[in-house]
Amino acid sequence: MLAARIRKQRRSAGASSFVLDVSIEVSPGITILFGASGAGKSTLLDCVAGLARPDEGQIVAGGEVLFDSARGIHVPTPKRRTAYVFQTLALFPHLSAEDNVAYGLTDLREEERREQVEAILKAFRVEKLRKQRPDKISGGEKQRIALARSLVTEPRVLLLDEPLTGLDAELKASIVDDLRAWNVAKGIPILYVTHSREEVDALGERVIALDNGRVASTGRPMDVLDAPRRKKLAQAAGFENLLSATVLALREADGVMRVRLGNSACEIEVPLGYGAAGSRVRVAVRAGDILLATEPPRGLSARNVLDGRIVSLEQRGTMAIARVECGIAFIVHITPGAVRALELAAGRRVWLVLKTHSCHLVE
Amino acid sequence: MEALWLSMKLAACVAVILLAIGTPMAYGLAFSNWRGKFLLESIVALPLVLPPTVLGFYALVAMGPRGPLGKLWIALFGHGLAFTFGGLILSSVLYSLPFAVQPLIASFEGVDRKLLDASAVLGAGGLRTFCRVILPLSLPGAVTAAVLSFAHTLGEFGVVLMVGGNLAGVTRTVSIDIYDNVQSLEYGEANRMALVLLAVSFVVLSVVYAVNRRVWTPWAAK
Repeated sequence: MLAARIRKQRRSAGASSFVLDVSIEVSPGITILFGASGAGKSTLLDCVAGLARPDEGQIVAGGEVLFDSARGIHVPTPKRRTAYVFQTLALFPHLSAEDNVAYGLTDLREEERREQVEAILKAFRVEKLRKQRPDKISGGEKQRIALARSLVTEPRVLLLDEPLTGLDAELKASIVDDLRAWNVAKGIPILYVTHSREEVDALGERVIALDNGRVASTGRPMDVLDAPRRKKLAQAAGFENLLSATVLALREADGVMRVRLGNSACEIEVPLGYGAAGSRVRVAVRAGDILLATEPPRGLSARNVLDGRIVSLEQRGTMAIARVECGIAFIVHITPGAVRALELAAGRRVWLVLKTHSCHLVE
Repeated sequence: MEALWLSMKLAACVAVILLAIGTPMAYGLAFSNWRGKFLLESIVALPLVLPPTVLGFYALVAMGPRGPLGKLWIALFGHGLAFTFGGLILSSVLYSLPFAVQPLIASFEGVDRKLLDASAVLGAGGLRTFCRVILPLSLPGAVTAAVLSFAHTLGEFGVVLMVGGNLAGVTRTVSIDIYDNVQSLEYGEANRMALVLLAVSFVVLSVVYAVNRRVWTPWAAK
């Protein structure tokens, strides 16, 4: 069992700061951690492994407290016994497959060590490659060796950060089968990160969907991702505004089309997609991609300016969330600083600015 | 020939000492996130731009009977440090420091950080990670560091002249010997030694380039 409650702010060089704020429980077996890139999946894994330190929270694995901000506990990475397979696998290039696998086994006598290495290489069907260096080993087999290297140390938790990307489905399935077979006896929680919908379907027992640093939903894959399938998927990928629209006119030469949002009078320009005039489409816009102005903006390159009124304004962490009614409701994310500078409040008249290419067609 | 032997001995001692002290220095510089790191880097690189006579001058002052190092040395061993082989080693270590530290830093920094994370996750502490992962993957850098500091010490002149003077068998190195021979118009003798230095330098540089092109390293380039 792995239980983690983590809050971590990432101050990146980029424009927006990012807050990971999650509480998850992972029981034995494979749990998928699903989300778009930048949703905070790898940060979460790094926190569990001790490679990153949460600002606050608690992490407990296999009954042992690995991190607790309140009690000042931060067990260093080497003492955590959390196995972690990186996307790049990070096999030691100067060591043979068997030396890579034996790397984490330090406390054992030589024969015992050799036996364990031999056994796990067999379990993952790479015993023939034991003398080879990683650069002589093919893709799928490298993944198997990386798994064997992590699991031979009898970890409390296994963290997998997109370890099977680049493999074909059949190979993937066969590796996952071996992983499951190994875990029948061990019964440890396995947290498997992916942003691929196909992998969720192929592996999933349980899914935790992460969106913009928060847990969007948890459950079985079909519950989390399928109802209604595309809407949830778009939301999992971080689109807070998902609007149905009717195509009015196509302007093929400009690569755009005009659509009317819902039943409102709002017309916006979106990138050219499928569908003729009159057909229904779905437009997804990230709340953080929308600009908000308190006067009618002029001289902009953005093609879409919508007149509206703030319905509600709520501060959540370091972010303010505004609901703006323009005949159709929009969610807009702004910084608390902007709220102060523009003296924004519920009831205030505002103009929303949407770049054409911030409007994504989903289907 | 005595001069050549002395130079070789000096260069070998300096290379060994520099590997020993340069490795932890380079490790600190490569992996620390300290903001004032650039100051230390500048100090380490200083001998690259400083005229050897300046370095030699300060070394001489420090080692002299009234300098701090000289006083300490006299208290410990009963004799001065200037114009001795020990004094030569000390100042040569300073003089060749960047030639050892910089290749080491470059190769430490070249090690994929994910490998260090992998090592930590597998239970290895800092020292084990250094010995089992960083050092083996930085072998070309270590060879380059050793060879360059050896070669650089072999050919030094200004520092030796300032600190060591010209005592046969104690501080008269090859380059001083060549200078001496030219002064006394012994061109034949000077030429012999100069050729030896030329050959040694060429061989040394070939080793460095070969190692860095990974002609001999057993694992493939990343």
